[in-house]
Amino acid sequence: MKSFGEIRDSNLERDIFLNRVILGVVAIFLMVFLVIIRLIYLQVYNHQHYTTLSTDNYIKVRPVAPPRGVIYSSDGVMLAGNRPSFNLVGVPEKIRDNDVLVYELSQILDIDESKQRQIIRTLDTATRFTAVPLITDLSEEQVALFSVNSHKFTGVTIEAGLSRFYPLGGDTAHLLGYVSRISNTDKVRLQDSNYAATQYIGKTGVERKQELLLHGTVGSKTIEINAEGRLLRVVDREPPVPGQDLRLTIDSKLQSKAASLLRNLDNLSGSIVAMDVRTGGVLAIASYPSYDPNAFASGISPELYTAWMDSPFRPLFDRSIQGQYPPGSTIKPLLALAALENGLLSSHKVKCNGWFSLPRDSHRYRCWEKEGHGVVNLVEAIERSCDVFFYSLSNDLGIKMIYTVLDRFGLGKATGIDLPNEEKGLVPSPEWKKKVKKLPWYPGETVITGIGQGFLLATPLQLAKIAATLANRGRAVEPFVIMQTEQVESSNSEQSEDINTIKNLPNDSRHWKVVNDGMVAVVHSSKGTARGIGYTSKTKIAGKTGTSQVFSIGQDEELDEEDIPDHLKDHALFVAYAPPINPQIAIAVVVEHGGSGSATAAPLARAILDEYFNRKVDAEQSNLSSSY
Amino acid sequence: MRNNLIYRLHIDTPLLAGVIIMCLLGLVVLYSASEQSFDLVAKQGLRMLVGLLLMLFVAQIPPQRLAHWAPLVYAGALILLCLVLLFGTGRGVQRWLDAGIFRFQPSELMKLVVPLMVASLVAKKLLPPDFKTILIAIFVIAIPTFLIGRQPDLGTAIVVAASGLVVLFFSGISWKFIRNSLFFGIAIAPIGWFAMHEYQRQRILTLFNPDNDALGAGYHIIQSIIAVGSGGVFGKGWLNGTQSHLEFLPERATDFIFAVYCEEFGLIGVVVMLLGYSLIIARGTQIAIYAQDTFGRLLSIVLTLMLFVSVFINMSMVTGQLPVVGIPLPLISYGGTSVVTVMICMGVLMSIQTHRRLVF
Repeated sequence: MKSFGEIRDSNLERDIFLNRVILGVVAIFLMVFLVIIRLIYLQVYNHQHYTTLSTDNYIKVRPVAPPRGVIYSSDGVMLAGNRPSFNLVGVPEKIRDNDVLVYELSQILDIDESKQRQIIRTLDTATRFTAVPLITDLSEEQVALFSVNSHKFTGVTIEAGLSRFYPLGGDTAHLLGYVSRISNTDKVRLQDSNYAATQYIGKTGVERKQELLLHGTVGSKTIEINAEGRLLRVVDREPPVPGQDLRLTIDSKLQSKAASLLRNLDNLSGSIVAMDVRTGGVLAIASYPSYDPNAFASGISPELYTAWMDSPFRPLFDRSIQGQYPPGSTIKPLLALAALENGLLSSHKVKCNGWFSLPRDSHRYRCWEKEGHGVVNLVEAIERSCDVFFYSLSNDLGIKMIYTVLDRFGLGKATGIDLPNEEKGLVPSPEWKKKVKKLPWYPGETVITGIGQGFLLATPLQLAKIAATLANRGRAVEPFVIMQTEQVESSNSEQSEDINTIKNLPNDSRHWKVVNDGMVAVVHSSKGTARGIGYTSKTKIAGKTGTSQVFSIGQDEELDEEDIPDHLKDHALFVAYAPPINPQIAIAVVVEHGGSGSATAAPLARAILDEYFNRKVDAEQSNLSSSY
Repeated sequence: MRNNLIYRLHIDTPLLAGVIIMCLLGLVVLYSASEQSFDLVAKQGLRMLVGLLLMLFVAQIPPQRLAHWAPLVYAGALILLCLVLLFGTGRGVQRWLDAGIFRFQPSELMKLVVPLMVASLVAKKLLPPDFKTILIAIFVIAIPTFLIGRQPDLGTAIVVAASGLVVLFFSGISWKFIRNSLFFGIAIAPIGWFAMHEYQRQRILTLFNPDNDALGAGYHIIQSIIAVGSGGVFGKGWLNGTQSHLEFLPERATDFIFAVYCEEFGLIGVVVMLLGYSLIIARGTQIAIYAQDTFGRLLSIVLTLMLFVSVFINMSMVTGQLPVVGIPLPLISYGGTSVVTVMICMGVLMSIQTHRRLVF
């Protein structure tokens, strides 16, 4: 009805519509215009900018770490090498939830809880957009398990790399040191760009000393990646220059022997240093207790590191070059030499009745032999280590002379060995005491310095150097562990110096002979303090025992040895060289709180010498038989 | 004779040509965007063929019949939308209905059904429509808009609402009414902000400063803009887009396929694409102008205009001028429902054009 009454004016309707269509067409043109303007802005005006961004997106230059130089012993055994390893690395920004990730990882890889916490901490504290290692050194099984499940873990991948590896483990730990993750303090001392891809750096020992040589030069590769950072192809590469291989003067068998001798002592700490007296090349240098350097190479757990740091046995401490001990009687040959050079006759005799006292002083300086040695000459005094003889001798020489001779033999100074963090020891003098202790020098201190006690301190390496200098009759050799090559000519000024010529003292071979005779007698005469090792030795040995007090017994006290607690027991020392004529090897043994030098230290030296000379004999025999 | 056959099949040659050109262009870009997957291209080609058949089928139906059936079609589409909300599938959102052999998005169909319904409603009365008709129309528009918004699919909801409102605009409602509605709309806009999902708000915020969230939502926009910008005037060449092929681009076969196109074909390629679309738009506008009744006029101009609005929204979102709202590029983006819906719209246009009574 209604619609019937309405008359459609189709022309009017069409006009209204066409008006609106014009507006619609205008709207379309406006939209086209907006799109075109925007595209001109992006594709023409800012084209260069976006081209750069697009290229940066997919072309990346990645540094390539050089393989670290291998370290060999002088007999060609690999002491430090690289082995392939697989590490799980993650980019924190690409991981959605650290806790979930670690939970899921632990489902397939069996990670214990402390390691889980460590991974979360690593991720939480990582630098932005860098891949951080989550688990190092995966087993083949773990690699396989992860690879199968890798689609579940965005931002986490397995990276193949090289891990530092020390075949002899703890035996060479202090000598070689170890590599560990680069810390912020390391970053200060190294060329940043060269370490762009390197994750580990030498922290101690040879690894630290020769870090620059061992490291090599970083390479690079230009790669194309996709949005997930996955490598698509390598566009260009510049290979890294591998680190320099090093050969050490160390004899691997002697080194292992030294380490095992110390290890087999009953819970005692100590050090053995053996060197070739002709060159100064160190043949063995061991410190015990030791640690496993491989633990650092595969990312040490904080718990283990703390345990090592806090252990009262201080396994990380290198006793060979950092341990400073009163040298005790081992310095007596030096004093004998000083006395002879100052006109003392070798026939000079002193009566030892068990103690010595200074004039106008009631204090008794005891000889280790309570009953006294009776009348002894110089050779006998060395042989039996008569304290009274040397008390008297020191008193006559005076502290100045004592200082001079000890200084000549290199005590109180670093030996200059090519290892980091060497300690200097200490040779006291009145000037030193006044400066450091603010106290005057007492004559009694001269007396006890004469038997290697008091303030006097020396490292086992210094003692070995003394033995070598004695063996060479005054020609001192500078100990070193890295064989000299063109590359290692860094701190290579003078290898040896003759302490006679330098100090301009008369080099009277008779003096040296007397001292030498005394030291041979120590081992081979029936009254020598180290006669226990002399009876059966095929090679002649010149040696000197030392038993240095850690704790002094009061004037009239009598103490049974059993009553002294372990940590106050005497240090056992022994220095030696062999053979006495044309000597080849010098050795120093220090066993902390080991009791007496003759009982504890000397047998170790003997075992090392046996190992050294027996092998020499074997080699000569095989040479002979092969020449038949 | 040939012309005769085409005429009898109710085919409009310029429109068909435009559609086929855009489809072919779409397949070429898709081949690159899909990492040269013949499977994907073949699948999309098959959907286009289905779309072409449906287009021909719809073209046979006279517009009067379409107007007559409109309420029924509208009711059916609403039921489908409700089904989506009840049984729909999709990642995080419910947009698809699984019909066994194929899945489709009923919300896409609404881009056709709502204008159809509103046009038929308005065309029954004298123009311009009275207030009551407008209210009914707004009610008709609001229901599907609300349902689509609930999926949630803000972009499509807006486009569907707009397609209905544009019908009203072309029906000649007074400017005064439009002005008052706009004021009213602005007044209630803040309410809309709070009614939005958090991710929708996030999208609008990131649009204004994509760098703020360079690894999250902004990442897509930044990478897309880099792709477009690095394409330059001439493009990097087909299959050579580094942004596209190294997977920096998100959704590069679907919503962001225009970025792939821009990167590989450059500004010149975009101009060519716009010319292709304008062939369709121009013909559609012409059909609307020559249409003989209000229903035909309104429906054809709105379908034409909304096609271009989709093009504009998609291009603007890819180039970072509009928020990422999930509107595909008509006939180019990978996806069946969108292509088929556009084809059906084209069929409707052909029907309106070819069922004219000849009046000289």
